Amino acid sequence: MFIWLDQLMQLLVTNVFGLSMDTRLGSSVHFFFYDTIKIIILLGIMIFAISYIRSYFPPERTKKILTRFNGLKGNFMASLLGIVTPFCSCSSVPLFIGFVEAGIPLGLTFSFLITSPIVNEAAFAILLGTFGFKIATIYVVSGVLLGVLGGVIIGKLKMEKEVEEYVYQLKMGESEVEQLNHKERVNFALENVKDIVKRIWLFLLIGIGLGAAIHGYAPAALLAKYAGPDNPFAVLVSTVLAIPLYSNALGTIPIAEALINKGVGIGTALSFMMATTALSAPEMILLRKVIKPKLIATFVVITGIGIVIVGYLFNFLINPIA
Amino acid sequence: MEIKVLGPGCKKCQSLDKLVREATSELNIQANIEKVEDIPAIVQYGVMTTPGLVVDGKVKFSGRVPSKDKIKKILSE
Repeated sequence: MFIWLDQLMQLLVTNVFGLSMDTRLGSSVHFFFYDTIKIIILLGIMIFAISYIRSYFPPERTKKILTRFNGLKGNFMASLLGIVTPFCSCSSVPLFIGFVEAGIPLGLTFSFLITSPIVNEAAFAILLGTFGFKIATIYVVSGVLLGVLGGVIIGKLKMEKEVEEYVYQLKMGESEVEQLNHKERVNFALENVKDIVKRIWLFLLIGIGLGAAIHGYAPAALLAKYAGPDNPFAVLVSTVLAIPLYSNALGTIPIAEALINKGVGIGTALSFMMATTALSAPEMILLRKVIKPKLIATFVVITGIGIVIVGYLFNFLINPIA
Repeated sequence: MEIKVLGPGCKKCQSLDKLVREATSELNIQANIEKVEDIPAIVQYGVMTTPGLVVDGKVKFSGRVPSKDKIKKILSE
């Protein structure tokens, strides 16, 4: 997909910088420019496309749609809507209250809450850029399945009494949803692209710079030995390590990118990305306002196990690019 | 004018609060600006994503931080 860019950057390295592609420096410089431009193009397109779709699914509308479903089909819908409904972790509490108040079953609410942070445009963009369409699709499908299964299990456990009592007493007001026209939707999507790129460009450059340095110099064998797909504990450790970190998936791109380039198993890096977004400690603290510790613990354990399984699956499916 | 900024204290909510204050002073609007951080109070407005802006009891938008010009336009309607 990006052969043209690859060749263009080779021209840049050899003709403008006067470096040979066979030298370590030349190869690092090439990787840096190639990767930066590729990721910015992919991110820009993905964020724009998904934001545009999201402008059709404000949470108020998602809530209304979900009240019409139940059972497995409901979990599936909730998980899918989790992808297209815009929502940041600081909104998880009002969103949770809104769902409960609308009478949406707890299992469906959790399907939404699990898939929503995991499947996003950023994760998709980096996977698409690094491993192609097939792997990116498998990631999305596993994120949805994780949400469906997690939600089904939490629903079966009948933990409604583990929600703080006051939540059931709250009355949610009716608010009108803004009607947007085509131009406003495009603006909304463009604003999102600008906003996200502004927030992450520096980290992205540092991450890619690091990756580029590693690309040319560091022996990939070293990290591959400790965190490569052959180490059975790598996925587990990276999942646990990610919990106290707070970052959205966008912030983990450069880390994952650098790790994968170092020879870390892709499943290991994906588990890390998923756990950082889905199991963040600050979000748990926020959710504690509406649900009791027992349900939070159940949520963490179920989601954690799911993430570890996905990690192993990926390490099994894909051998490292080394 | 009664203005309420809905948000439990996340970064976006703070930046909306700041923009609203700047917008009102630049427009010379006499406004009573209150930041609502209490979750039950926020959901009473029907707002599911923060930050949100309420002007004279009516929700103007939620879930995003518009530009200062857009806020000025909303406030001078």
